[in-house]
Amino acid sequence: MLDESYYRKTDEIIARYVRDARSLIPIMQDIQAEYRYLPGELLTYVAKEIGITEAKAYSVATFYENFSFEAKGKYVIKVCDGTACHVRHSTPVLEAFWKELGLSKKKHTTDDMLFTVETVSCLGACGLAPTIMVNEQVYPSMSPEKAVALIAELRGNG
Amino acid sequence: MATITINGRQVEFTNEKNVLTIIRKAGIDIPTLCYQPELSTFGACRLCTVEDDRGRFFASCSEEPRDGMVIYTNTEKLRKYRKLIVELLLASHDRECTTCEKSGHCPLQNVALRLGVQDVRFQNYKERQPIDDSSYAIIRDPNKCILCGNCVRECNEVQTVGALDFAFRGSEATVSPAFNRPLASTKCVSCGQCRVVCDTGALTIKSHVDKVWAALNDPNTRVVCQIAPAVRVAVGEAFGMPAGQNSLYKLVNALHIMGFNRVYDTTYTADLTIMEESAEFLSRVAHKRHLPLLTSCCPAWVKFVDNEYPEFKRNVSTCRSPQGMFSAVLKEYYRAPEHNTSNKKTFVVSIMPCTAKKMEAERPNSYTYGEKDTDAVITTTELVQMIKQFGLDFASLTEESCDMPFGMGSGGGVIFGVTGGVTEAVLRRLVKDHNPKSLETIAVSGVRGNDGIKEITVPYNGMDVKICVASGLGNARKVMDAVKSGEKEYHLIEVMACPGGCVMGGGQPTRLDHKSVVEERDEGIYRTDRKMVLKKSNENPLMDFFYQNDIFKHKYHDLLHNHE
Repeated sequence: MLDESYYRKTDEIIARYVRDARSLIPIMQDIQAEYRYLPGELLTYVAKEIGITEAKAYSVATFYENFSFEAKGKYVIKVCDGTACHVRHSTPVLEAFWKELGLSKKKHTTDDMLFTVETVSCLGACGLAPTIMVNEQVYPSMSPEKAVALIAELRGNG
Repeated sequence: MATITINGRQVEFTNEKNVLTIIRKAGIDIPTLCYQPELSTFGACRLCTVEDDRGRFFASCSEEPRDGMVIYTNTEKLRKYRKLIVELLLASHDRECTTCEKSGHCPLQNVALRLGVQDVRFQNYKERQPIDDSSYAIIRDPNKCILCGNCVRECNEVQTVGALDFAFRGSEATVSPAFNRPLASTKCVSCGQCRVVCDTGALTIKSHVDKVWAALNDPNTRVVCQIAPAVRVAVGEAFGMPAGQNSLYKLVNALHIMGFNRVYDTTYTADLTIMEESAEFLSRVAHKRHLPLLTSCCPAWVKFVDNEYPEFKRNVSTCRSPQGMFSAVLKEYYRAPEHNTSNKKTFVVSIMPCTAKKMEAERPNSYTYGEKDTDAVITTTELVQMIKQFGLDFASLTEESCDMPFGMGSGGGVIFGVTGGVTEAVLRRLVKDHNPKSLETIAVSGVRGNDGIKEITVPYNGMDVKICVASGLGNARKVMDAVKSGEKEYHLIEVMACPGGCVMGGGQPTRLDHKSVVEERDEGIYRTDRKMVLKKSNENPLMDFFYQNDIFKHKYHDLLHNHE
């Protein structure tokens, strides 16, 4: 159960937009910007407030890879697995992150809520392949060694 | 007159909304999976693709007809494409046809058979999903879903319930409730219309067949059943009889042979409903309380009011549905020592066109004196299966009448099977005389026909009684929103959740030939009514049997009404 403050914040966000189906995506984006994920309870609440079915809201939220119902870590590592990155060995980079952090295809976030590792289809930086992003920062020409070093560095930052 | 040329023959058209409709009208049943005329055009399955004279391909369901079009429906390329489409659909579909309930009346299977798809070259990489059997009415098996979207559009556009929608994307796309929750914890009202339009076995009826056989085989159980009005005009279709033909009397014989101790007719309690609901209506009008009165026969509608219009819950008639009344009355009748000399347990089977009746039977208010009223509900579809399991040649059975003392109903009871029927039966009850002219006046008052919303004003005792009849929950929503906003005022609102009423219920047999049978089934109901000697519920002599009977005295409220 989310506490009351989440719903008040969501009311604030909804108030920025027209109470209508078309506002669903911007509202979801704002909620996710606030909490780094989209709590399912809030999606249900938004659906009711803007007058769409819960199943429809869920349909839109699951269509876009960008929305996540899971709470994410402080550092969200997006490993690009687009064609260019894939052929330049993005998979070993991904596996290095998984191994270093004890994560897998099923488990995306470390228990200390510090790191989330996910794959994305293309970051639009194919010339820098294999590319990753940590939050808003781009890291080019990655390798498994660089991945391990990066984790150590981020851990050092706390 | 505008024309298009189909396979070299000129075909005239007027206002058909797409090329597909014209092709079908020309007698060519081009295959489709995602096309349902009453739903928005989706254009997903591409099976209706045709080729034009310039070698261009387009989906005929999504193409507006233009004068002078030249199209072909069965070229070499089209045959190849259609087969490939079906092959790809089959590749990610759970193809255990032999153990699938839908086998034999499955649109996907039928298309594969028609097109001659004999090999699937691709492997199924989909992870198996758990089956959702949480609902009392519907079983959802995502492994069989081909994403045609028919259920999604039916649930959202026609019923405006929106329990189902697409989720995820690409190879992970599914149809599911929000957060993949069990259907039972959604706003699903169990109407079963999703299952009617489902192309596969992904949405099927939760079967009570085995439960009923077990009761029939138990020597210590008395198995009695009631048959709803709409069942009689649909069951024959599955045995090659014309749509709409009343096969009640063959059905009674079949049920006797299969071991039912007594076979009764739900039109009997439809008449009782009219007696009780008319009295309730007049009393509410006299006291101006909780108007408009909302009918309570349809459990999907009652659930819809609970979900969407809780402020109108007190407007719902307290009358139990005909199923509810019948089961309660039967249980009480056989509880009386003089009717239970063999000291057997009574098992009440309700035979319904409806999936929501399964949910109704489980409601807490479907118990009387601590005992469950209805023990099993089988839909027409399950009934057909039972007859086939037993091995009866249904069409050639001789005819038998229902059993007494609950085997007789009036025409008013029979017409419960169509939208507007309850209202018409109430009006028949309220007119003083029973001369054909009065009954004809009622019949043509606007109460009949398949318009989704019908408004009727009837003079009664110096006042104008305003009635609204709606079928399909999307139409019911329009009516309720208008009532809520004060834009409309009615005294009585009749709602049947399924478009067309119970004859088109979610438990009725489905067809593979893309033909609507609503008119044939309606006509079957009205034809049955025309042949009934008694048209008015209050003239059914069994009403007196009930109201004068010592067994039921002082129990009318307990047996015939819901009490929270």
